[in-house]
Amino acid sequence: MTAPKPSLPHDSALLHVTGTARYIDDAPEPADLLHLAFGQSTETHAAITGIDLSAVRAAPGVVAVFTAADIPGHNDVSPVAHDDRLLADGEVLYRGQPIFLVAATSRGAARRAARLGRIDYAPRPALLTIADARDADSRIEPTQRMARGDAAAALGTAPHRRTGGFAMGGQDHFYLEGQVALARPGEDGQLHLASSTQHPSEVQHLVADLLGISSADVTVEVRRMGGAFGGKETQAAPFAAAAALVAAKTGRPAKFCCDRDDDMVLTGKRHDFTIDYDVGFDDDGHILGLILRLASRCGATVDLSPAINDRAMFHADNSYWLPAVEILSERLKTHTVSATAFRGFGGPQGMLAIERVIDVVAASLGRDPLDIRTANLYGPGRDVTPYGMTIADNIAPALIARLRRDSDYDARRAAIGDFNTRHRVLKKGIALAPVKFGISFTTTHLNQAGALVHVYADGSIQLNHGGTEMGQGLYIKVAQVVADVFAVPASTVRITATRTDKVPNTSATAASSGADLNGMAAFEAASTIRDRLAGVAASIGGCEPDAVCFTPAGVVAGAETIPFATLCRKAHLARVSLSSTGFYATPDIAYDRAAHRGRPFYYFAYGAACAEVVVDTLTGEHRVLAVDILHDVGRSLNPAIDLGQIEGGFVQGQGWLTTEELVFADDGRLLTHSPATYKIPTAADRPDRLSIALWDGENVEPTIHRSKAVGEPPFMLAQCVLSALGEAIAATTPDRRAFPPLDAPATPEAILRAIAAHRA
Amino acid sequence: MTIRFLLDDAVVEVADAAPTATLLDHLRYRLRRTGTKEGCAEGDCGACTVLVGDAEGDGIAWRAVNACILFLPMIDGKAVLTVESLSQGGAPTPLQTCMARNGSSQCGFCTPGFVMSLYGRAVGAAGHDLPVADVIAGNLCRCTGYGPILDAAEQVSRIERDDRRTATALRELRASDASDKAQGWFAPRSADELAALLIKHPHARLIAGATDVGLWVTKGLRDLDLPIFIGDVPELRTITEDASGVTLGAAVRYAEAHDALARLHPDLGELVRRIGGLQVRNAGTIGGNIANGSPIGDGPPALIALGASLVLRRGDQRRTLALEDYFLAYGKQDRAPGEFVERVHIPRPAPDAIVHIAKLSRRFDSDISAVCGAFHLTMRDGTIVDARVAFGGMAATPRRAAACEAALTAAPFTEATIARAVEALRDDFDPLTDVRGSAPYRQQAAGNLLWRLWHREQGEPVSVQELCR
Repeated sequence: MTAPKPSLPHDSALLHVTGTARYIDDAPEPADLLHLAFGQSTETHAAITGIDLSAVRAAPGVVAVFTAADIPGHNDVSPVAHDDRLLADGEVLYRGQPIFLVAATSRGAARRAARLGRIDYAPRPALLTIADARDADSRIEPTQRMARGDAAAALGTAPHRRTGGFAMGGQDHFYLEGQVALARPGEDGQLHLASSTQHPSEVQHLVADLLGISSADVTVEVRRMGGAFGGKETQAAPFAAAAALVAAKTGRPAKFCCDRDDDMVLTGKRHDFTIDYDVGFDDDGHILGLILRLASRCGATVDLSPAINDRAMFHADNSYWLPAVEILSERLKTHTVSATAFRGFGGPQGMLAIERVIDVVAASLGRDPLDIRTANLYGPGRDVTPYGMTIADNIAPALIARLRRDSDYDARRAAIGDFNTRHRVLKKGIALAPVKFGISFTTTHLNQAGALVHVYADGSIQLNHGGTEMGQGLYIKVAQVVADVFAVPASTVRITATRTDKVPNTSATAASSGADLNGMAAFEAASTIRDRLAGVAASIGGCEPDAVCFTPAGVVAGAETIPFATLCRKAHLARVSLSSTGFYATPDIAYDRAAHRGRPFYYFAYGAACAEVVVDTLTGEHRVLAVDILHDVGRSLNPAIDLGQIEGGFVQGQGWLTTEELVFADDGRLLTHSPATYKIPTAADRPDRLSIALWDGENVEPTIHRSKAVGEPPFMLAQCVLSALGEAIAATTPDRRAFPPLDAPATPEAILRAIAAHRA
Repeated sequence: MTIRFLLDDAVVEVADAAPTATLLDHLRYRLRRTGTKEGCAEGDCGACTVLVGDAEGDGIAWRAVNACILFLPMIDGKAVLTVESLSQGGAPTPLQTCMARNGSSQCGFCTPGFVMSLYGRAVGAAGHDLPVADVIAGNLCRCTGYGPILDAAEQVSRIERDDRRTATALRELRASDASDKAQGWFAPRSADELAALLIKHPHARLIAGATDVGLWVTKGLRDLDLPIFIGDVPELRTITEDASGVTLGAAVRYAEAHDALARLHPDLGELVRRIGGLQVRNAGTIGGNIANGSPIGDGPPALIALGASLVLRRGDQRRTLALEDYFLAYGKQDRAPGEFVERVHIPRPAPDAIVHIAKLSRRFDSDISAVCGAFHLTMRDGTIVDARVAFGGMAATPRRAAACEAALTAAPFTEATIARAVEALRDDFDPLTDVRGSAPYRQQAAGNLLWRLWHREQGEPVSVQELCR
């Protein structure tokens, strides 16, 4: 077992705290810069029958105005299905959709002018909700089915059976840095784009297609994003494409720095879901049969909804053995902004569904839900997922047992029971729930990455790879990997901005894969150079290259210890290349999507969390009082960074399930389009006590240093908050053997509604 | 118009300041101080937090504010610190190095705002004595979960700062102030001057903290006709506290009024604490909260229940008005052209009065009420002799609940009386369904607040907040 890796701070930490970390809108503005704004639809679903932009063109500061007709290539900013228009062409599919693009000499001028367009519409009926779309059979693709055994038969013979359903809301990403892109025209039709994107290669390819030029003529660069969380995987593209279009058409640099309210209206969010379950179980709470129907609101276009809903299905087992199961997944097409990737990518919705089923089973039997969870965990002889993947390292039982002990769950649960008998208004609840999250893009070909490492003759190192930095600490983790290869301090490694002209054809930094893929690619690149350097050292020291050892004191070859920089200089003089690419493709994964069977994941990351909450049964207010987390990151690449991801993920998940409510008006307008009405957690919402421990173990698969991915899995740790709230609500009517039909987010209103329904 | 302010002890002169130019845009795009970020441009995220200071004694009274909705003319004659100010000496402050070591930043975009809020706390800026979570409740972070930020704040809670030079420079700046620099912006320096201005321009737009009007500009993209900034009118900035109660000048900021109001009743203090983030309370005023007539403004229901009255002034004429009579209809107040709210008086409740004020919102901090209820029962020998009950969020204006009050008045303080009052409350209001809550929820929650009052008087814990920290 290797030594633990050091907890180096984020590579930009000092720049962050001094305000000198540069984001795209912070760069000095080039002369002649144009500022952009979209003219947006004021109808929800309509044919466009006329466009009069004369007032827009006449407005102060306006330099140019563009519509779909002005796009030289494909009017397409979509990731897969070619159905997202940069500018509406003949019809609008959601309220706020861009129809025209204004370029002006100031941001204010562009925004003011954008409100002056006169658009004639012929309104069409709009489908807004999951129910609307289901009634109209409006779907982005056919309902998918993943099944094992005969669930219906198992339900028929099970000693107990419960049916029910609930709803969970979507979520706005609320990255603090809004969508932004800056395009600079180059010579001979080339273009440089600074884009706050998780997916520079996709932006590059889309912009090239949009302008009718080649990918080689477009360079996309991103040094850092001010948060992304999936919201800049596909949603950065329209802003970058708009800037590129204006730069190409006018020959002037163009920046799109989107206003927050516009951003919230224009960009996709987490999918909201409704869940219906029909579960059969025995006297001990073992699930014998389950039919689970997941339905999501995908919005107006396909975006990444197929893969997101697939991931919901993949996680509808969470950590539990479901012997006979049928998972149905409806992907509904509505006239709302297209839902998109968000940390967890459907996994949270699928997992929340099965956790509710477990809570219902426990409540029906009058049993401790944790006992029911434990009874249903995967184990020997019952270790194959509904999609046919065998689980290699089922650490969930041991991990849950340890957290149960460390959090003092049983004593606290007893104390809470006592509290609840003594208090009329306030009721407490506690819940402990596991997380098992599959790591890999389920679209297999995306599991590849490239890196480029240069070692300079002075011994300094420059690192570049296809992964993007959105705050998650990817850059420092990969820099540490590279530094380790040469046994030099990480400060020797100059981390450089992600650029499509350095590493081509990259995948999005998504699916928690950043460190796994790019860390390994950079390791390969660095190892290639190290091997060349070892050859040089071997000839100096008179030993075999295999015997050369890179140490913090220098490179040891035979009797010689050569300082690293000296060796680099000598290698250069010896005409040895000190630059290399590296490439990695995740092995062993294969998935048959038509049958929903195979091994979509390289491995699983695990965790568990225990939350204690208190509910005010008069107002529906609640507080999360204490949280204990035990989480598996394998052999951590940087424990401090990983702990940061765990805590941040948990609190973001807590927000999704409690305060963050998206409200659409009956006419399709998003009413929660600003932080005034859309409420992410503040420091005061953080649980009073939040303790996090890392599980001591290593990845069974040979990932980079046996680490595990950490970006998304902790988000789902927060599901215990919703279960705990349900427990507290159930305590209002302790004799009832049912779990309250609490919807997420558990706003005061939702909690009061659940209390009333539970008492009824 | 020309305005001048101190930035790191150097005078910044802006010769062509538009009345609606924001400090944030000026910092970022004119002075190229891009450490201060725009996260929302409406005062709800704190990424643009800066410190603004006025001379006080031989030092500076600093307060953290949102630069995004602060109009540039509002800092005329004031001192400003941005995140860049903190490393003027070359090295970052211990707070910053601690945050960097501690994992207090991930994406880093919100970080300068947190740095400024916590630096303000460390140097004794307004609100520095609040719990750390309150100090930064107006700063949103989407990455960290806040723990490493709170830890760093605990580790570096005090930084010495010598502001004597700044104070001197600021006095010199103000002394050399050109008296009439007005072009589309008025900043009277006395109540008489304000009164005269309003007679001359009866439809001018009064601005105190701009925490509401700021959004008309940044979100509504509106121009302001004849803005009159009242933040520098000394008579409107006074707080008087005596046996009869508290009198607040209309330009007293929430943060300044907090302690006096909390002494009137702790519920009132808690209500004020939950208005906006600290940056908003350091700018916004009780007078503005009243005068803008919002149906959900959090101050008025509580002040109405406590029997507050307003003094309105037009020229040299003054009149006194019960606060509830000021709100006529949605968006319509009893304020004549040329008239302004000079002060509000809030009587001190009797020691044995039952006062209960509760605000319901999705989030505890920096959120707007779905329902705000305030109850003020005057008691004699177990009987309610007078009841004042007021709600926000239940009607087009903050207003009293007449039927509920009638059910309570002259009744014994018993469970049966509460039940009758809850029933009566259903006749008082016909609330709307909107983004903050449905009509049935509002109706039910409003009644339940009366039950909460009852249970609290029985000595039971009734608020989840009581179980925290």
